[in-house]
Amino acid sequence: MNEILIISGKGGTGKTSLTAAFAHLAKNHVICDLDVDAPDMHLILKPENTKSVEFISGHEAVINPDKCEACGKCLEMCQYGAVNENDDIFSINPLKCEGCKVCVEFCPVDAIDFPDRKCGHWYSSDTRFGPMIHAQLFPGEENSGLLVSLLRKKAKELAGEKGLDLILSDGTPGIGCPVIASLSGVTLAVIVTEPTPSGRHDMERVAELCGHFNIPAGIIINKYDLNEKEAAAIEAYSRKKGFTLFGNLPHDPVITRAMINAQAITEYEDNDFAKQLTGIWEQIIRTVKPVK
Amino acid sequence: MKIAVASGKGGTGKTTVSSSLVSVWESPVIALDLDVEEPNLHLFLNPEFTDKRMANMEIPKIDDALCSKCGQCGELCQFKAISLMGEVLMTFPEMCHGCGGCIAICPEGALTKDFRELGEITWGKNGKNEFLMGRLRVGEAMSPPLMRAVKEKLGEMLDASSTDVIPKDVIIDAPPGVSCPAINAVMDSDLIILVTEPTPFGFYDMKLAHEAFLPMGKPMGVVINRAGLGNSEVYDYCNEVKLEIFAEIPYDRKIAEAYANGDVISESSDEMKQIFISLADKVKEKAGSNASQGGAA
Repeated sequence: MNEILIISGKGGTGKTSLTAAFAHLAKNHVICDLDVDAPDMHLILKPENTKSVEFISGHEAVINPDKCEACGKCLEMCQYGAVNENDDIFSINPLKCEGCKVCVEFCPVDAIDFPDRKCGHWYSSDTRFGPMIHAQLFPGEENSGLLVSLLRKKAKELAGEKGLDLILSDGTPGIGCPVIASLSGVTLAVIVTEPTPSGRHDMERVAELCGHFNIPAGIIINKYDLNEKEAAAIEAYSRKKGFTLFGNLPHDPVITRAMINAQAITEYEDNDFAKQLTGIWEQIIRTVKPVK
Repeated sequence: MKIAVASGKGGTGKTTVSSSLVSVWESPVIALDLDVEEPNLHLFLNPEFTDKRMANMEIPKIDDALCSKCGQCGELCQFKAISLMGEVLMTFPEMCHGCGGCIAICPEGALTKDFRELGEITWGKNGKNEFLMGRLRVGEAMSPPLMRAVKEKLGEMLDASSTDVIPKDVIIDAPPGVSCPAINAVMDSDLIILVTEPTPFGFYDMKLAHEAFLPMGKPMGVVINRAGLGNSEVYDYCNEVKLEIFAEIPYDRKIAEAYANGDVISESSDEMKQIFISLADKVKEKAGSNASQGGAA
Protein backbone atom coordinates (compact mmCIF):
# COMPACT_ATOMS: atom_id res chain seq x y z
CA MET A 1 0.00 0.00 0.00
CA ASN A 2 1.36 3.41 -0.96
CA GLU A 3 0.47 6.45 1.10
CA ILE A 4 1.09 9.93 -0.32
CA LEU A 5 0.62 12.86 2.05
CA ILE A 6 0.31 16.49 0.94
CA ILE A 7 1.56 18.98 3.55
CA SER A 8 2.88 22.53 3.57
CA GLY A 9 4.01 23.91 6.92
CA LYS A 10 2.36 27.24 6.15
CA GLY A 11 -1.38 27.30 5.57
CA GLY A 12 -2.98 28.61 2.40
CA THR A 13 -0.27 27.52 -0.02
CA GLY A 14 -2.74 25.40 -2.02
CA LYS A 15 -2.58 21.95 -0.39
CA THR A 16 -6.27 21.18 -0.64
CA SER A 17 -6.80 22.51 -4.17
CA LEU A 18 -3.85 20.45 -5.38
CA THR A 19 -4.90 17.34 -3.44
CA ALA A 20 -8.42 17.56 -4.91
CA ALA A 21 -6.88 17.58 -8.40
CA PHE A 22 -4.62 14.62 -7.52
CA ALA A 23 -7.71 12.81 -6.22
CA HIS A 24 -9.24 13.37 -9.66
CA LEU A 25 -6.12 12.15 -11.50
CA ALA A 26 -5.22 9.18 -9.28
CA LYS A 27 -6.45 5.64 -9.81
CA ASN A 28 -7.26 2.82 -7.39
CA HIS A 29 -7.13 5.06 -4.37
CA VAL A 30 -8.79 6.09 -1.12
CA ILE A 31 -8.94 9.82 -0.46
CA CYS A 32 -8.27 10.89 3.10
CA ASP A 33 -8.70 14.39 4.54
CA LEU A 34 -6.43 14.45 7.59
CA ASP A 35 -7.20 18.07 8.35
CA VAL A 36 -9.69 17.22 11.08
CA ASP A 37 -9.66 20.74 12.49
CA ALA A 38 -10.58 22.91 9.48
CA PRO A 39 -11.25 20.39 6.68
CA ASP A 40 -12.07 21.78 3.25
CA MET A 41 -11.69 18.97 0.71
CA HIS A 42 -15.36 17.93 1.07
CA LEU A 43 -16.30 21.33 -0.39
CA ILE A 44 -14.84 20.19 -3.72
CA LEU A 45 -15.48 16.44 -3.53
CA LYS A 46 -19.08 16.68 -2.22
CA PRO A 47 -19.11 13.34 -0.37
CA GLU A 48 -22.27 11.23 -0.50
CA ASN A 49 -23.68 8.16 1.29
CA THR A 50 -21.79 9.30 4.33
CA LYS A 51 -21.55 6.99 7.33
CA SER A 52 -20.89 8.97 10.49
CA VAL A 53 -19.23 7.64 13.66
CA GLU A 54 -18.79 9.54 16.91
CA PHE A 55 -15.14 10.05 17.91
CA ILE A 56 -14.67 9.64 21.63
CA SER A 57 -11.20 10.15 23.03
CA GLY A 58 -10.09 10.50 26.60
CA HIS A 59 -12.09 12.08 29.38
CA GLU A 60 -12.76 15.44 30.93
CA ALA A 61 -12.99 16.45 34.56
CA VAL A 62 -16.29 17.88 35.83
CA ILE A 63 -16.69 19.08 39.42
CA ASN A 64 -19.89 18.03 41.15
CA PRO A 65 -20.89 21.15 43.13
CA ASP A 66 -23.03 19.11 45.57
CA LYS A 67 -20.01 17.12 46.74
CA CYS A 68 -17.26 19.76 46.45
CA GLU A 69 -16.02 21.06 49.82
CA ALA A 70 -13.91 23.82 48.29
CA CYS A 71 -10.59 22.58 49.71
CA GLY A 72 -8.71 23.83 46.64
CA LYS A 73 -6.62 20.67 46.11
CA CYS A 74 -7.61 20.47 42.42
CA LEU A 75 -6.63 24.10 41.85
CA GLU A 76 -3.29 23.49 43.55
CA MET A 77 -2.49 20.38 41.49
CA CYS A 78 -3.75 21.27 37.99
CA GLN A 79 -0.83 22.06 35.69
CA TYR A 80 -3.07 23.55 33.00
CA GLY A 81 -4.80 26.39 34.85
CA ALA A 82 -8.08 24.65 34.13
CA VAL A 83 -9.61 25.03 37.59
CA ASN A 84 -11.54 28.24 38.23
CA GLU A 85 -12.49 29.44 41.70
CA ASN A 86 -15.08 32.08 42.36
CA ASP A 87 -16.27 32.71 45.94
CA ASP A 88 -15.42 29.12 46.94
CA ILE A 89 -17.28 27.72 43.92
CA PHE A 90 -14.87 25.52 41.93
CA SER A 91 -15.34 24.61 38.30
CA ILE A 92 -13.28 23.23 35.39
CA ASN A 93 -12.74 25.13 32.16
CA PRO A 94 -13.21 22.40 29.53
CA LEU A 95 -11.12 24.37 27.02
CA LYS A 96 -8.09 24.10 29.31
CA CYS A 97 -8.66 20.61 30.77
CA GLU A 98 -6.34 18.00 29.22
CA GLY A 99 -8.07 15.06 30.87
CA CYS A 100 -5.07 13.98 32.98
CA LYS A 101 -7.22 12.75 35.91
CA VAL A 102 -4.93 14.26 38.55
CA CYS A 103 -7.73 16.33 40.12
CA VAL A 104 -10.08 13.32 40.04
CA GLU A 105 -7.50 11.12 41.77
CA PHE A 106 -6.49 13.60 44.46
CA CYS A 107 -9.89 15.08 45.34
CA PRO A 108 -10.33 14.04 48.98
CA VAL A 109 -14.14 13.82 48.73
CA ASP A 110 -14.46 12.24 45.25
CA ALA A 111 -16.33 15.27 43.97
CA ILE A 112 -14.91 15.21 40.44
CA ASP A 113 -16.51 13.12 37.70
CA PHE A 114 -14.54 11.96 34.66
CA PRO A 115 -16.91 11.31 31.75
CA ASP A 116 -15.89 10.36 28.21
CA ARG A 117 -14.95 13.24 26.00
CA LYS A 118 -16.81 13.44 22.70
CA CYS A 119 -14.36 15.14 20.37
CA GLY A 120 -16.08 15.02 16.98
CA HIS A 121 -17.12 12.68 14.19
CA TRP A 122 -15.37 10.73 11.50
CA TYR A 123 -16.96 9.78 8.20
CA SER A 124 -16.69 7.22 5.44
CA SER A 125 -18.14 8.47 2.16
CA ASP A 126 -18.34 8.01 -1.58
CA THR A 127 -17.18 10.72 -3.98
CA ARG A 128 -16.98 11.00 -7.76
CA PHE A 129 -13.21 10.42 -7.41
CA GLY A 130 -13.45 7.36 -5.16
CA PRO A 131 -14.06 6.49 -1.52
CA MET A 132 -13.17 9.11 1.08
CA ILE A 133 -12.38 9.05 4.80
CA HIS A 134 -12.72 12.35 6.63
CA ALA A 135 -13.63 13.89 9.97
CA GLN A 136 -14.57 17.02 11.86
CA LEU A 137 -13.43 17.75 15.39
CA PHE A 138 -15.70 19.78 17.60
CA PRO A 139 -14.33 23.33 17.94
CA GLY A 140 -11.62 23.72 20.57
CA GLU A 141 -10.98 19.98 20.94
CA GLU A 142 -7.61 18.36 21.17
CA ASN A 143 -6.58 14.75 20.48
CA SER A 144 -6.49 15.57 16.80
CA GLY A 145 -3.39 13.38 16.52
CA LEU A 146 -5.37 10.36 17.70
CA LEU A 147 -8.15 11.14 15.23
CA VAL A 148 -5.61 11.50 12.41
CA SER A 149 -4.16 8.07 13.30
CA LEU A 150 -7.68 6.60 13.38
CA LEU A 151 -8.49 8.03 9.92
CA ARG A 152 -5.31 6.53 8.47
CA LYS A 153 -6.19 3.15 9.96
CA LYS A 154 -9.74 3.34 8.54
CA ALA A 155 -8.42 4.40 5.12
CA LYS A 156 -6.06 1.40 5.07
CA GLU A 157 -8.88 -0.97 6.06
CA LEU A 158 -11.12 0.46 3.35
CA ALA A 159 -8.38 0.21 0.72
CA GLY A 160 -7.83 -3.41 1.79
CA GLU A 161 -11.53 -4.25 1.48
CA LYS A 162 -11.85 -2.64 -1.92
CA GLY A 163 -8.53 -3.87 -3.28
CA LEU A 164 -7.12 -0.34 -3.74
CA ASP A 165 -3.41 0.34 -3.53
CA LEU A 166 -3.02 4.07 -2.87
CA ILE A 167 -4.03 6.37 -0.02
CA LEU A 168 -3.93 10.03 -0.96
CA SER A 169 -4.08 12.31 2.06
CA ASP A 170 -4.49 16.04 2.58
CA GLY A 171 -2.62 17.15 5.71
CA THR A 172 -2.78 20.08 8.11
CA PRO A 173 -0.62 23.17 8.39
CA GLY A 174 2.03 23.34 11.09
CA ILE A 175 4.52 20.80 12.45
CA GLY A 176 2.74 19.68 15.63
CA CYS A 177 0.67 16.75 16.81
CA PRO A 178 -1.67 16.27 13.81
CA VAL A 179 1.17 16.62 11.29
CA ILE A 180 3.40 14.17 13.16
CA ALA A 181 0.49 11.69 13.34
CA SER A 182 -0.14 12.05 9.60
CA LEU A 183 3.52 11.67 8.63
CA SER A 184 4.80 8.54 10.36
CA GLY A 185 5.47 5.75 7.87
CA VAL A 186 4.03 7.36 4.71
CA THR A 187 5.58 6.45 1.36
CA LEU A 188 6.06 10.05 0.27
CA ALA A 189 5.38 13.52 1.65
CA VAL A 190 4.68 16.19 -0.98
CA ILE A 191 5.34 19.65 0.45
CA VAL A 192 3.41 22.47 -1.25
CA THR A 193 5.12 25.79 -0.58
CA GLU A 194 5.10 29.34 -1.92
CA PRO A 195 7.98 31.76 -2.59
CA THR A 196 7.39 34.07 0.38
CA PRO A 197 9.52 34.50 3.51
CA SER A 198 6.92 32.63 5.55
CA GLY A 199 6.36 29.94 2.90
CA ARG A 200 10.08 29.17 2.77
CA HIS A 201 10.59 29.35 6.55
CA ASP A 202 7.66 27.00 7.22
CA MET A 203 8.62 24.62 4.39
CA GLU A 204 12.10 24.28 5.89
CA ARG A 205 10.64 23.37 9.29
CA VAL A 206 8.24 20.78 7.89
CA ALA A 207 11.01 19.38 5.65
CA GLU A 208 13.20 19.08 8.74
CA LEU A 209 10.35 17.19 10.40
CA CYS A 210 10.24 14.76 7.43
CA GLY A 211 13.98 14.26 7.88
CA HIS A 212 13.47 13.68 11.62
CA PHE A 213 11.10 10.78 10.82
CA ASN A 214 13.05 9.57 7.76
CA ILE A 215 10.20 10.25 5.34
CA PRO A 216 11.08 10.82 1.65
CA ALA A 217 9.85 14.26 0.63
CA GLY A 218 9.39 16.26 -2.54
CA ILE A 219 8.48 19.88 -3.15
CA ILE A 220 6.02 21.81 -5.31
CA ILE A 221 6.44 25.60 -5.46
CA ASN A 222 3.00 27.10 -5.98
CA LYS A 223 2.68 30.76 -7.11
CA TYR A 224 6.39 30.54 -7.99
CA ASP A 225 6.24 33.72 -10.09
CA LEU A 226 5.34 35.95 -7.10
CA ASN A 227 9.01 36.15 -6.21
CA GLU A 228 11.48 34.30 -8.37
CA LYS A 229 14.36 35.02 -5.98
CA GLU A 230 12.54 33.26 -3.12
CA ALA A 231 11.58 30.46 -5.51
CA ALA A 232 15.24 30.01 -6.46
CA ALA A 233 16.18 29.91 -2.76
CA ILE A 234 13.61 27.14 -2.19
CA GLU A 235 14.97 25.20 -5.17
CA ALA A 236 18.53 25.56 -3.88
CA TYR A 237 17.45 24.37 -0.42
CA SER A 238 15.67 21.34 -1.91
CA ARG A 239 18.68 20.34 -3.98
CA LYS A 240 21.00 20.73 -1.01
CA LYS A 241 18.78 18.55 1.18
CA GLY A 242 18.14 15.98 -1.55
CA PHE A 243 14.40 16.56 -1.91
CA THR A 244 12.78 15.95 -5.29
CA LEU A 245 11.55 19.12 -7.00
CA PHE A 246 8.27 18.08 -8.57
CA GLY A 247 7.72 21.41 -10.29
CA ASN A 248 6.54 24.99 -10.13
CA LEU A 249 3.02 26.35 -10.59
CA PRO A 250 2.06 29.95 -11.38
CA HIS A 251 0.01 32.37 -9.29
CA ASP A 252 -3.32 32.03 -11.09
CA PRO A 253 -6.83 32.97 -9.89
CA VAL A 254 -8.20 30.12 -12.04
CA ILE A 255 -7.73 27.95 -8.97
CA THR A 256 -10.26 30.08 -7.06
CA ARG A 257 -12.74 29.98 -9.94
CA ALA A 258 -12.58 26.18 -9.94
CA MET A 259 -13.04 26.17 -6.15
CA ILE A 260 -16.16 28.35 -6.43
CA ASN A 261 -17.50 25.87 -9.01
CA ALA A 262 -16.79 23.04 -6.54
CA GLN A 263 -14.50 21.47 -9.13
CA ALA A 264 -10.96 20.19 -9.05
CA ILE A 265 -8.77 22.43 -11.20
CA THR A 266 -8.22 19.48 -13.55
CA GLU A 267 -12.00 19.16 -14.09
CA TYR A 268 -12.48 22.85 -14.67
CA GLU A 269 -12.41 24.32 -18.18
CA ASP A 270 -9.27 23.81 -20.29
CA ASN A 271 -6.42 25.67 -18.55
CA ASP A 272 -2.62 25.68 -18.45
CA PHE A 273 -2.46 25.38 -14.69
CA ALA A 274 -4.23 22.00 -14.89
CA LYS A 275 -1.87 20.79 -17.64
CA GLN A 276 1.19 21.64 -15.55
CA LEU A 277 -0.36 20.05 -12.48
CA THR A 278 -1.11 16.87 -14.42
CA GLY A 279 2.57 16.65 -15.38
CA ILE A 280 3.54 17.08 -11.73
CA TRP A 281 1.16 14.29 -10.67
CA GLU A 282 2.63 11.92 -13.26
CA GLN A 283 6.05 12.64 -11.84
CA ILE A 284 4.88 12.07 -8.25
CA ILE A 285 3.28 8.74 -9.08
CA ARG A 286 6.44 7.58 -10.87
CA THR A 287 8.49 8.11 -7.69
CA VAL A 288 6.41 5.69 -5.62
CA LYS A 289 6.90 2.00 -6.29
CA PRO A 290 4.03 0.15 -7.93
CA VAL A 291 2.24 -2.14 -5.50
CA LYS A 292 2.44 -5.80 -6.46
CA MET B 1 -5.90 45.62 25.61
CA LYS B 2 -5.08 42.39 23.87
CA ILE B 3 -6.06 41.86 20.23
CA ALA B 4 -5.94 38.35 18.75
CA VAL B 5 -5.63 37.90 14.99
CA ALA B 6 -7.02 34.46 14.09
CA SER B 7 -8.46 32.77 11.05
CA GLY B 8 -9.60 29.16 10.87
CA LYS B 9 -8.07 28.63 7.44
CA GLY B 10 -4.33 29.07 7.13
CA GLY B 11 -2.80 31.53 4.70
CA THR B 12 -5.66 34.03 4.75
CA GLY B 13 -3.43 36.86 5.96
CA LYS B 14 -3.13 36.70 9.76
CA THR B 15 0.52 37.73 9.70
CA THR B 16 -0.20 40.43 7.09
CA VAL B 17 -2.85 41.93 9.39
CA SER B 18 -0.83 41.49 12.61
CA SER B 19 2.34 43.06 11.22
CA SER B 20 0.42 45.95 9.66
CA LEU B 21 -1.54 46.64 12.85
CA VAL B 22 1.71 46.69 14.84
CA SER B 23 3.12 49.12 12.28
CA VAL B 24 0.24 51.62 12.42
CA TRP B 25 -0.54 51.32 16.16
CA GLU B 26 0.20 54.70 17.73
CA SER B 27 1.17 53.68 21.26
CA PRO B 28 3.85 51.05 22.03
CA VAL B 29 2.69 47.45 21.72
CA ILE B 30 3.98 43.99 22.41
CA ALA B 31 3.87 42.05 19.15
CA LEU B 32 3.28 38.42 20.16
CA ASP B 33 3.60 35.47 17.79
CA LEU B 34 1.69 32.52 19.30
CA ASP B 35 1.84 30.39 16.15
CA VAL B 36 4.65 28.43 17.77
CA GLU B 37 4.60 25.65 15.15
CA GLU B 38 5.24 28.03 12.27
CA PRO B 39 6.04 31.51 13.62
CA ASN B 40 6.29 34.11 10.83
CA LEU B 41 5.70 37.53 12.35
CA HIS B 42 9.43 38.15 12.90
CA LEU B 43 10.08 37.63 9.18
CA PHE B 44 8.10 40.79 8.45
CA LEU B 45 8.76 42.95 11.54
CA ASN B 46 12.49 42.09 11.72
CA PRO B 47 12.83 42.68 15.47
CA GLU B 48 16.16 42.94 17.21
CA PHE B 49 16.27 39.88 19.45
CA THR B 50 17.78 40.61 22.85
CA ASP B 51 17.31 37.39 24.80
CA LYS B 52 15.88 33.89 24.83
CA ARG B 53 15.19 30.95 27.09
CA MET B 54 14.25 27.33 26.64
CA ALA B 55 10.80 26.14 27.62
CA ASN B 56 10.60 22.71 29.20
CA MET B 57 7.93 20.33 30.34
CA GLU B 58 8.29 18.43 33.59
CA ILE B 59 8.32 14.71 32.96
CA PRO B 60 9.04 11.79 35.33
CA LYS B 61 12.40 10.13 35.93
CA ILE B 62 12.49 6.71 37.57
CA ASP B 63 14.78 5.71 40.43
CA ASP B 64 14.79 1.93 39.98
CA ALA B 65 16.29 1.38 43.44
CA LEU B 66 13.22 2.96 45.07
CA CYS B 67 10.48 1.69 42.70
CA SER B 68 8.36 -1.10 44.27
CA LYS B 69 6.64 -1.90 40.91
CA CYS B 70 3.21 -1.12 42.37
CA GLY B 71 2.05 0.29 39.01
CA GLN B 72 -0.10 3.11 40.42
CA CYS B 73 1.63 5.66 38.20
CA GLY B 74 0.76 3.71 35.03
CA GLU B 75 -2.85 3.28 36.14
CA LEU B 76 -3.25 7.02 36.68
CA CYS B 77 -1.48 8.14 33.49
CA GLN B 78 -4.05 8.93 30.79
CA PHE B 79 -1.46 9.32 28.06
CA LYS B 80 0.40 5.98 28.17
CA ALA B 81 3.57 7.88 29.07
CA ILE B 82 4.53 5.64 31.99
CA SER B 83 3.75 1.97 32.22
CA LEU B 84 4.67 -1.10 34.22
CA MET B 85 5.53 -3.76 31.64
CA GLY B 86 5.97 -7.03 33.47
CA GLU B 87 8.52 -6.17 36.13
CA VAL B 88 9.94 -3.16 34.32
CA LEU B 89 8.64 0.40 34.73
CA MET B 90 9.13 2.38 31.53
CA THR B 91 8.55 5.99 30.53
CA PHE B 92 7.65 7.29 27.07
CA PRO B 93 8.74 10.93 27.37
CA GLU B 94 7.21 12.11 24.06
CA MET B 95 3.74 11.01 25.21
CA CYS B 96 3.90 12.86 28.55
CA HIS B 97 1.59 15.87 29.06
CA GLY B 98 3.45 17.02 32.18
CA CYS B 99 0.49 16.69 34.55
CA GLY B 100 2.73 15.58 37.42
CA GLY B 101 0.23 12.93 38.53
CA CYS B 102 2.69 10.01 38.53
CA ILE B 103 5.21 11.89 40.65
CA ALA B 104 2.49 12.91 43.12
CA ILE B 105 0.96 9.44 43.43
CA CYS B 106 4.16 7.39 43.78
CA PRO B 107 4.15 6.01 47.36
CA GLU B 108 7.91 5.34 47.33
CA GLY B 109 9.14 8.72 46.11
CA ALA B 110 10.74 6.81 43.22
CA LEU B 111 9.77 9.38 40.59
CA THR B 112 11.44 12.75 40.33
CA LYS B 113 11.27 15.62 37.88
CA ASP B 114 13.08 15.48 34.60
CA PHE B 115 12.56 17.75 31.60
CA ARG B 116 11.57 17.54 27.96
CA GLU B 117 12.51 20.46 25.78
CA LEU B 118 9.43 22.03 24.16
CA GLY B 119 11.08 24.82 22.28
CA GLU B 120 12.47 28.29 22.61
CA ILE B 121 11.03 31.61 23.73
CA THR B 122 12.68 34.63 22.12
CA TRP B 123 12.08 38.32 22.70
CA GLY B 124 13.43 41.71 21.81
CA LYS B 125 12.78 45.25 20.57
CA ASN B 126 11.08 46.43 17.43
CA GLY B 127 11.34 50.22 17.25
CA LYS B 128 9.08 51.60 19.97
CA ASN B 129 7.52 48.15 20.36
CA GLU B 130 8.50 44.94 22.08
CA PHE B 131 8.47 41.56 20.37
CA LEU B 132 7.88 38.07 21.76
CA MET B 133 7.61 34.67 20.10
CA GLY B 134 7.77 30.95 20.78
CA ARG B 135 9.28 28.41 18.42
CA LEU B 136 8.37 24.74 18.83
CA ARG B 137 11.23 22.24 18.67
CA VAL B 138 10.97 20.26 15.40
CA GLY B 139 9.72 16.81 16.43
CA GLU B 140 7.79 18.08 19.47
CA ALA B 141 4.09 17.30 19.08
CA MET B 142 2.47 19.52 21.71
CA SER B 143 2.21 23.24 21.12
CA PRO B 144 -0.17 24.36 23.97
CA PRO B 145 2.43 23.83 26.76
CA LEU B 146 4.93 26.04 24.91
CA MET B 147 2.17 28.59 24.30
CA ARG B 148 1.51 28.65 28.06
CA ALA B 149 5.21 29.28 28.69
CA VAL B 150 5.22 32.13 26.14
CA LYS B 151 2.17 33.65 27.84
CA GLU B 152 4.01 33.51 31.19
CA LYS B 153 6.80 35.54 29.61
CA LEU B 154 4.20 37.97 28.26
CA GLY B 155 2.94 38.37 31.84
CA GLU B 156 6.49 39.26 32.94
CA MET B 157 6.84 41.81 30.13
CA LEU B 158 3.49 43.41 30.99
CA ASP B 159 4.40 43.53 34.69
CA ALA B 160 7.73 45.16 33.85
CA SER B 161 5.94 47.89 31.90
CA SER B 162 3.06 48.30 34.39
CA THR B 163 4.39 51.71 35.46
CA ASP B 164 4.37 53.04 31.85
CA VAL B 165 2.26 56.15 31.33
CA ILE B 166 0.29 54.35 28.61
CA PRO B 167 -0.29 50.63 29.27
CA LYS B 168 1.08 48.47 26.46
CA ASP B 169 -1.40 46.84 24.14
CA VAL B 170 -0.71 43.33 22.85
CA ILE B 171 -1.23 42.21 19.25
CA ILE B 172 -1.34 38.42 18.97
CA ASP B 173 -0.66 36.50 15.75
CA ALA B 174 -2.58 33.24 16.36
CA PRO B 175 -2.11 29.81 14.77
CA PRO B 176 -4.60 28.62 12.12
CA GLY B 177 -7.41 26.21 12.88
CA VAL B 178 -10.04 26.10 15.60
CA SER B 179 -8.70 23.35 17.85
CA CYS B 180 -6.76 23.69 21.10
CA PRO B 181 -3.77 25.75 19.87
CA ALA B 182 -6.02 28.39 18.26
CA ILE B 183 -8.34 28.50 21.29
CA ASN B 184 -5.30 28.84 23.57
CA ALA B 185 -4.06 31.80 21.55
CA VAL B 186 -7.30 33.80 21.64
CA MET B 187 -8.73 32.92 25.07
CA ASP B 188 -7.04 35.76 26.96
CA SER B 189 -7.71 38.47 24.38
CA ASP B 190 -10.17 41.35 24.58
CA LEU B 191 -11.11 41.21 20.91
CA ILE B 192 -10.71 38.71 18.10
CA ILE B 193 -10.09 39.66 14.48
CA LEU B 194 -11.03 36.86 12.08
CA VAL B 195 -9.05 37.15 8.86
CA THR B 196 -10.65 35.40 5.92
CA GLU B 197 -10.85 35.46 2.14
CA PRO B 198 -14.07 35.42 0.10
CA THR B 199 -13.65 31.87 -1.22
CA PRO B 200 -15.51 28.64 -0.32
CA PHE B 201 -12.57 27.41 1.81
CA GLY B 202 -12.15 30.81 3.47
CA PHE B 203 -15.85 31.02 4.23
CA TYR B 204 -16.20 27.47 5.61
CA ASP B 205 -13.22 27.82 7.94
CA MET B 206 -14.21 31.32 9.09
CA LYS B 207 -17.62 29.99 10.04
CA LEU B 208 -15.95 27.20 12.06
CA ALA B 209 -13.75 29.77 13.79
CA HIS B 210 -16.67 32.09 14.51
CA GLU B 211 -18.67 29.23 16.03
CA ALA B 212 -15.65 28.04 18.03
CA PHE B 213 -14.86 31.47 19.47
CA LEU B 214 -18.45 32.65 20.03
CA PRO B 215 -18.92 30.90 23.44
CA MET B 216 -16.05 32.99 24.84
CA GLY B 217 -18.27 36.06 24.51
CA LYS B 218 -15.57 38.35 23.15
CA PRO B 219 -16.12 41.11 20.60
CA MET B 220 -15.28 39.78 17.14
CA GLY B 221 -14.97 41.26 13.69
CA VAL B 222 -13.83 40.20 10.26
CA VAL B 223 -11.08 41.38 7.94
CA ILE B 224 -11.70 40.21 4.39
CA ASN B 225 -8.43 39.77 2.57
CA ARG B 226 -8.25 39.44 -1.23
CA ALA B 227 -11.65 41.15 -1.49
CA GLY B 228 -12.99 40.85 -5.03
CA LEU B 229 -11.34 37.47 -5.62
CA GLY B 230 -14.17 35.06 -4.97
CA ASN B 231 -17.88 35.01 -4.16
CA SER B 232 -20.33 36.54 -1.70
CA GLU B 233 -20.74 33.74 0.90
CA VAL B 234 -18.56 35.46 3.53
CA TYR B 235 -20.48 38.73 3.14
CA ASP B 236 -23.87 36.98 3.29
CA TYR B 237 -22.87 35.12 6.45
CA CYS B 238 -21.53 38.25 8.21
CA ASN B 239 -24.74 40.02 7.34
CA GLU B 240 -26.89 37.15 8.56
CA VAL B 241 -25.17 36.66 11.94
CA LYS B 242 -24.44 40.39 12.45
CA LEU B 243 -20.70 39.91 12.40
CA GLU B 244 -19.10 43.24 11.60
CA ILE B 245 -16.65 43.54 8.70
CA PHE B 246 -13.86 45.72 10.14
CA ALA B 247 -11.87 46.07 6.93
CA GLU B 248 -11.34 44.79 3.41
CA ILE B 249 -7.98 44.38 1.73
CA PRO B 250 -8.40 44.31 -2.05
CA TYR B 251 -7.25 41.39 -4.21
CA ASP B 252 -4.21 42.74 -5.96
CA ARG B 253 -1.20 40.89 -7.29
CA LYS B 254 0.99 43.80 -6.12
CA ILE B 255 0.03 43.08 -2.50
CA ALA B 256 0.89 39.39 -2.93
CA GLU B 257 4.25 40.42 -4.41
CA ALA B 258 4.93 42.85 -1.55
CA TYR B 259 4.19 40.07 0.94
CA ALA B 260 6.46 37.71 -0.99
CA ASN B 261 9.15 40.37 -0.69
CA GLY B 262 8.80 40.41 3.11
CA ASP B 263 7.15 43.85 3.24
CA VAL B 264 4.71 45.00 5.91
CA ILE B 265 1.62 45.66 3.76
CA SER B 266 0.53 48.85 5.56
CA GLU B 267 3.91 50.33 4.66
CA SER B 268 3.61 49.39 0.97
CA SER B 269 1.29 52.23 -0.08
CA ASP B 270 -0.76 55.15 1.31
CA GLU B 271 -3.96 53.34 0.43
CA MET B 272 -2.93 50.30 2.49
CA LYS B 273 -1.78 52.49 5.37
CA GLN B 274 -5.21 54.14 5.51
CA ILE B 275 -6.97 50.76 5.54
CA PHE B 276 -4.97 49.66 8.59
CA ILE B 277 -5.27 53.00 10.42
CA SER B 278 -9.06 52.69 10.08
CA LEU B 279 -8.86 49.06 11.23
CA ALA B 280 -6.80 50.06 14.30
CA ASP B 281 -9.36 52.78 15.17
CA LYS B 282 -12.22 50.33 14.76
CA VAL B 283 -10.49 47.71 16.93
CA LYS B 284 -9.77 50.23 19.71
CA GLU B 285 -13.37 51.41 19.67
CA LYS B 286 -14.80 47.87 19.85
CA ALA B 287 -12.32 46.46 22.37
CA GLY B 288 -12.18 49.58 24.52
CA SER B 289 -15.15 48.85 26.77
CA ASN B 290 -14.10 45.22 27.18
CA ALA B 291 -10.38 45.71 27.66
CA SER B 292 -8.24 44.75 30.61
CA GLN B 293 -5.61 47.22 31.72
CA GLY B 294 -2.14 45.70 31.55
CA GLY B 295 -1.33 43.32 34.42
CA ALA B 296 -1.22 39.54 34.26
CA ALA B 297 -1.48 37.55 31.05
